[in-house]
Amino acid sequence: MLKDLQKAIVKSQVWKSIFRVGIPTDNRKRAMAMLGNVVLHLHPIKVKKSGLRMSYTWCMGGTAFFLFLVETITGVLLMFYYRPTVEYAYFDMVDLREVAAFGVMREMHRWGAHAMVIAVWLHMFRVFMTGSYKPPREFNWNVGVILLVLTLLLSFTGYLLPWDQLAIWAITVGSNMARATPLLGHEGPGASFLQLGGTQLVHVGSDARFGLIAGRTIGGGTLIRFYVLHCVAIPLAAAFLIAVHFWRVRRDGGISGPV
Amino acid sequence: MSDEPEQESTAGETPPVRSETAVPKASQTAPSDDVTRRGFFSWAAVAWVGFTAAVGGCVSAWGRFMFPNVLYEPPTTFKVGNPADFAPGVVDTRFVEDNGVWIVNEEGRLYALIAICTHLGCPPNWLEAQNKFKCPCHGSGYYKNGINFEGPTPRPLERAAIAIDASDGQVVVDKARKFLWEQGQWDDPAAYIEVA
Repeated sequence: MLKDLQKAIVKSQVWKSIFRVGIPTDNRKRAMAMLGNVVLHLHPIKVKKSGLRMSYTWCMGGTAFFLFLVETITGVLLMFYYRPTVEYAYFDMVDLREVAAFGVMREMHRWGAHAMVIAVWLHMFRVFMTGSYKPPREFNWNVGVILLVLTLLLSFTGYLLPWDQLAIWAITVGSNMARATPLLGHEGPGASFLQLGGTQLVHVGSDARFGLIAGRTIGGGTLIRFYVLHCVAIPLAAAFLIAVHFWRVRRDGGISGPV
Repeated sequence: MSDEPEQESTAGETPPVRSETAVPKASQTAPSDDVTRRGFFSWAAVAWVGFTAAVGGCVSAWGRFMFPNVLYEPPTTFKVGNPADFAPGVVDTRFVEDNGVWIVNEEGRLYALIAICTHLGCPPNWLEAQNKFKCPCHGSGYYKNGINFEGPTPRPLERAAIAIDASDGQVVVDKARKFLWEQGQWDDPAAYIEVA
């Protein structure tokens, strides 16, 4: 009877519309199943045995990606409570920590962020030490460097969102670096030469830092700006580049292994 | 019908074998007179210039959009009261919270110290008991006149322009104009007010 039920399900139109091919029985069909499935096609059809050696890969790239997923899921959950305004931001963060059910999501997001930065650095370290940046992988190394920068920018923009004293002054100190941008920062080299009829074009109210933090000092404008960068702009860019990164891993001959 | 498009399509489609049958086939597939090579590239150039201009315009607009026109910040020029309100030897901390300056009356001069640490931009505190400004971020310390003496800061605090408004005799501070000790600007007449 159980067999009949199983047969009825497998033969049903719903089942067949989802799983168009039956259980693959040979290597070709297995490969086709990987290629034809939207989720599985992200994974390589074949994995080298050496690619599973933890002592060689450290699985730090996979760990970084796993943490990116953790950050995405917990981050979206946090967005249901957190309001990025000067009057609410800090108290919403405290509420998430103190009174929200499973408010531990906030701690997971925070610790996951720290872990992701560490994992990305260790991944980069492993790739460097095993020489896996060499041709034909040099393009993917560059994609990885951009992903490292995006990871650090995600951390930096997320740093402001608790809106406590540490956040405000850390971003004050961090964003002061933009003052020294060549030509575009009002204290940077060359900026004093950009004049029009004796008027400074690049000053504290028009330089790169001003455009970044929407004001002369960190304020409500900075908070919403960093929130949008943190929740939308940088994650989208990172997700796109992660896809390119994985695709190139396969194109460049699979995950690097011992020579 | 010009010759050039024929040669192009012939070279692209068939191997370079000269036969009787290849010629009529090539003339059949050649483009019509409506589109000439010159015309195609002219329109392509116009299209690319237009497209580039549109993209450039959008990017410029997005960039400009990120620079706000109205700020909800305290004005950089403000009045702080009469010169007589500031007692000799006292650091006035009333305006730090909103306007970010200390008004100091010392040695016959009234000046406005900008409350931004010259190390990395944190806000120092005035510690009355220790007679110094101390930054909580990294421990930079300054004397009452703004000269640095401890911690990582490389230079003294900056001073803002200060003047008497002729219409009502009040002290006006302008934070947009700064005076740096290391450039010898503290003796500039706009950097202080003579007080008795």
